[in-house]
Amino acid sequence: MSAVSIQKVWKYFGDYPALRDISFDVAPGSCLALLGRNGAGKTTLLRILAGLSRSSKGEITILGQDARAQTTRRAVSVLGHGIGVYEELSAFENLKLFARLYGLADPAAIAADWLQRTGLDRVRDGLVREFSRGMRQRLAVARAFLHNPSLLLLDEPFTALDDRAIKMLQDLLRAALKDGRTVIMSTHQLREALELATDVALINRGKLAFRGPRTQEMLEDPTWLYRHYGEA
Amino acid sequence: MNFLRQALAVASKDLRSEIRSKESINASVAFALVILLLFSFAFDPTSDQVREIAGGLLWLVFAFAGTLILNRSFARELVNDCLDALLASPVTGAQLFLGKAVANFVILTVVELLAMPVFSIFYNVHWTQSIGLLFLVMLLGTWGLTVIGTLFSAMTVNLRLRELMLPMLVYPMMIPALMGAIQLSSLLVAGEPVGADNQIWFRLLVAFDVIFSLLALALVETVLVG
Repeated sequence: MSAVSIQKVWKYFGDYPALRDISFDVAPGSCLALLGRNGAGKTTLLRILAGLSRSSKGEITILGQDARAQTTRRAVSVLGHGIGVYEELSAFENLKLFARLYGLADPAAIAADWLQRTGLDRVRDGLVREFSRGMRQRLAVARAFLHNPSLLLLDEPFTALDDRAIKMLQDLLRAALKDGRTVIMSTHQLREALELATDVALINRGKLAFRGPRTQEMLEDPTWLYRHYGEA
Repeated sequence: MNFLRQALAVASKDLRSEIRSKESINASVAFALVILLLFSFAFDPTSDQVREIAGGLLWLVFAFAGTLILNRSFARELVNDCLDALLASPVTGAQLFLGKAVANFVILTVVELLAMPVFSIFYNVHWTQSIGLLFLVMLLGTWGLTVIGTLFSAMTVNLRLRELMLPMLVYPMMIPALMGAIQLSSLLVAGEPVGADNQIWFRLLVAFDVIFSLLALALVETVLVG
């Protein structure tokens, strides 16, 4: 069974088709780099996969179930453009809240553990509104990983991260892939994405332009894919 | 139990945020006090007429002050895209709605409790004689306003003119609850007993609360995700 199955998916905003007849599967344990220019439809597709929006046509199954099923959402994690943490709560309170919402046993211990793993334990009780952008991003990463998701949906995850935080996220993603988890990642930072990716999908103006395994030539020249399959 | 636990986690998160930021409660308390003060200049506080319109005045103040709270309810989730994080979690739309409605109910009740003594002073009204029943009417009416307001707050959260749209949509829907609460409050503030012929207003309030609570719980998932 595929971790993600996308069959003939269309998404309209008014009359404009943001996604046009997208179909592909993602195997369990793989890391798919979802590439494309600004406005190509990457975020729209990720939002549909995350159950935050519904497709206009077509069928999507996540881990064999509907994207909005409660059991699916328990197994999926989303890290989008927004960091998804509350300004008026402390780092610890944020993580404890999400641990409770995911129904985890001992939310306080899990929150404390992830604060330590992301290097935020020294600011555990500091309010997020006082955090730097990098610290917020690390907290968002902790929020995304704390329930051990089987599928990670990441939209521009490296944006605003400093070198150390990028390394931390890459290490967490490598560990997740080693554990057999599936990752779908949309990004413009080709080198970082292609280093992790096992598969690549390129979207051009809502259409799937390329879908295949990541090759050595993509790794050596990250722009290779755009030059061969992207728009002129 | 799990349903209620997660709803309460959302409610306690909202209340904690509000206690720290005080953005809704400061605005709505200030608004309620200013309206009560302005109306006290417009009417003669000693006249019987004031007692007759007291219920209406009180509930219009609560409804206007309430929309300031309700407007912020889902709008606060837009900061950092927290609404997406909540919707992507296993929390159902119904749990999210219930948590938010409970938090709004608590905040609006606090505003009402702060406004009541001021109302009593400005209008020379002794509402404490039927305090038990009046408190029950306040709870039923406030829940009615909160349920409708929280649902429409979810509906308008992504609109650019949500501060304008929410009151326009929500006030007509509140009319039955407001009618019941106004009639009963006017009687109780005037010190009159709630006779058998006025029991209908109690029933109307309870029916409104039950029907719209169930409707909102059933519809909110569609409202939020489509």
